[in-house]
Amino acid sequence: MKELQTQSGGAGAGTLIRLDRVTKTYDLGEVQVHALRGISLEIQRGEFVAIMGASGSGKSTLMNILGCLDRPTSGRYFLDGVDVSGMSKEELARIRNRKLGFVFQHFNLLARTSALENVELPTVYAGVPPEERTRRAREALERVGLGERAEHHPSQLSGGQQQRVAIARALVNNPQIVLADEPTGNLDSRTSVEIMEILQRLNEEQELTVVIVTHETDIAHYAKRAIEFRDGRVRRDQVIEKRLVAHEVLASLPTREEMDAEEETEAKV
Amino acid sequence: MDFLNIFRIALRALARNKMRSALTMLGIIIGVGAVIATVSIGQGAEYLVQQGIQSMGTNAVFISAGSGRPGGARMGFWAVKSLTLDDLQAILREVPLVREAAPAVVSRSQVVYQNQNWNTGVLGTTPNYFEIRAWPVQAGSVFSQEEVEYAANVCVLGTTVANYLFPNESPIGKTIRIGTLPFRVTGVLESKGQSVMGDDQDDRIFAPFTTVQKKIAGITWIQFINASAVTQEASVAAVRPITQLLRERHHIRAGEDDDFFVRTQSEVADLADQTSQVMTLLLGSIASVSLFVGGIGIMNIMLVSVTERTREIGVRMAVGATPADVQNQFLVEAVTLSMLGGVMGIAAGLAGSALISSFLKWPTLISGKAIIIAALFSAGVGVFFGYYPAHKAARLDPIEALRHE
Ligand SMILES: Nc1ncnc2c1ncn2[C@@H]1O[C@H](COP(=O)(O)OP(=O)(O)OP(=O)(O)O)[C@@H](O)[C@H]1O
Ligand SMILES: [Mg+2]
Repeated sequence: MKELQTQSGGAGAGTLIRLDRVTKTYDLGEVQVHALRGISLEIQRGEFVAIMGASGSGKSTLMNILGCLDRPTSGRYFLDGVDVSGMSKEELARIRNRKLGFVFQHFNLLARTSALENVELPTVYAGVPPEERTRRAREALERVGLGERAEHHPSQLSGGQQQRVAIARALVNNPQIVLADEPTGNLDSRTSVEIMEILQRLNEEQELTVVIVTHETDIAHYAKRAIEFRDGRVRRDQVIEKRLVAHEVLASLPTREEMDAEEETEAKV
Repeated sequence: MDFLNIFRIALRALARNKMRSALTMLGIIIGVGAVIATVSIGQGAEYLVQQGIQSMGTNAVFISAGSGRPGGARMGFWAVKSLTLDDLQAILREVPLVREAAPAVVSRSQVVYQNQNWNTGVLGTTPNYFEIRAWPVQAGSVFSQEEVEYAANVCVLGTTVANYLFPNESPIGKTIRIGTLPFRVTGVLESKGQSVMGDDQDDRIFAPFTTVQKKIAGITWIQFINASAVTQEASVAAVRPITQLLRERHHIRAGEDDDFFVRTQSEVADLADQTSQVMTLLLGSIASVSLFVGGIGIMNIMLVSVTERTREIGVRMAVGATPADVQNQFLVEAVTLSMLGGVMGIAAGLAGSALISSFLKWPTLISGKAIIIAALFSAGVGVFFGYYPAHKAARLDPIEALRHE
């Protein structure tokens, strides 16, 4: 177990996220739901964190706060040394735009809109000029290996490809953190590894900080650190010992063509 | 986010639901079209009336026998013997604001030329009548003052009468019969069109008033005085001295009603102006009700759109759209819808009034002002009715919006 406590108000040089006794309570009139009961933790630049825990343990609630989509009921949240817990909606929108990238379980791409334009979306709100927007969106799509699919609409892409578009969208404004709530929740195992491969690559090569929520222990093994939640509290926080390397795993898995061939032979028998 | 971008997003969103956008716009198209059409019809009517008033003559003052009051002996000017030629001369003598005056005696008669037969009004007057009313002849000449003094059997025809009696030949010098008497035609007037009251001013024959008095109507008094003041202002200023003079001459005591009625052209013009403005306003406001209904249509569709696109709003917010960005997006969408509808509505209104013009032979006056107002109004409708849905979208919580199915 690793205890993370910082005494000073300002974050250390490498500290990107610092939560200080953060709570979140949903007031439903009759009952009060304590989704987070005092979370204190630090995440350093370049970390790859997997958040685990049972359903209802508060993982998504934490991600929403980390992602500046929600504000804590009490406690403080320092992002990149700045206290964001009391910021206005407008200021939070700006932080989401510039510093954060989101990847959702359900992809959340705009329908009937090309991959390129989906990826461009954050640059639109950042006020990037049009030619620069397209250039950056293409570059981001290439980083996730979808350079050829720029003009495709989400309905013309597989789940894994849609999630890659979503990752490209998360990357396009060069954020400091990518937050992904169950990014592989809707994908088969091979596609899940492909997504993890991209996230690992971004984490290694670009020193991008990645925080993911997952139910699956083997997915958590691609991270460097695992935080386990229970009932709104951190139950365990540890370094992943036997870390998996996605591109190695991919190499050992049968390719899609091999899988198809296998299915065909099975069908013939 | 820059405006051009918001506008592009709005157009795209509208294009996605073409049928729905078109139907929503239809409400605005009909509203704006109706406003434009009704206002241009109203203004056409105003123009017609003003034309009629202009045709009364310049700086005209019009005096009729009998009280002009409703409930008084209004319709009985035939029987009222109150106005005489002496009154006319007294006015000319004692009211310097009045430059000229012509008497008028009217009667209805059957007029005949060969086998052509026509029933029309005969108006007895003096030659200066045609000057006062600025009504020149198109052929021949008007009768002379001498002929008035003789009570000669001469006449001038209005174009309607001339066309009926003389479809194929020139009436000048020909002899027609009015009642039983023969009259020589000395001239034909130019067409003057409809009067303020809507009757055909060209359906009339003009003869010396002495002739009409003695030989046709058999009276010694006159029924009207058509006067002309020195200036436009003078025409209004002359009403009081004329009234005073005539009351004195007619021995009307204080408190008693006048037995004559004085009107001026500018008075009539003002009244007619007011009437047609009220008409235009009324028509316009009825039409703007449909514009309002169109606005409600926009609001309805925008509310549906916000609900349908809740998830999209959530995504936009997650990647950095501020509440203001979201609000502007939906507002611009609503305004685009209403402005497009407005532009098409203006086109529809113009086409509609052109159609009305050609079918009903009713002039329509398309005023730039009405078009500009309609355009601004439709934009305003977009802002007004788009505001609530846009505000609702902007207030959405990004987390809930993202979770929306
Ligand atoms: N908007 C809300 N209103 C009321 N209660 C809520 C709301 N959102 C979450 N909760 C409650 O807060 C607790 C934590 O929810 P959260 O979504 O963070 O769980 P989770 O760990 O993400 O679960 P899962 O693995 O199922 O996604 C749950 O008990 C949930 O019912
Ligand atoms: Mg969750």
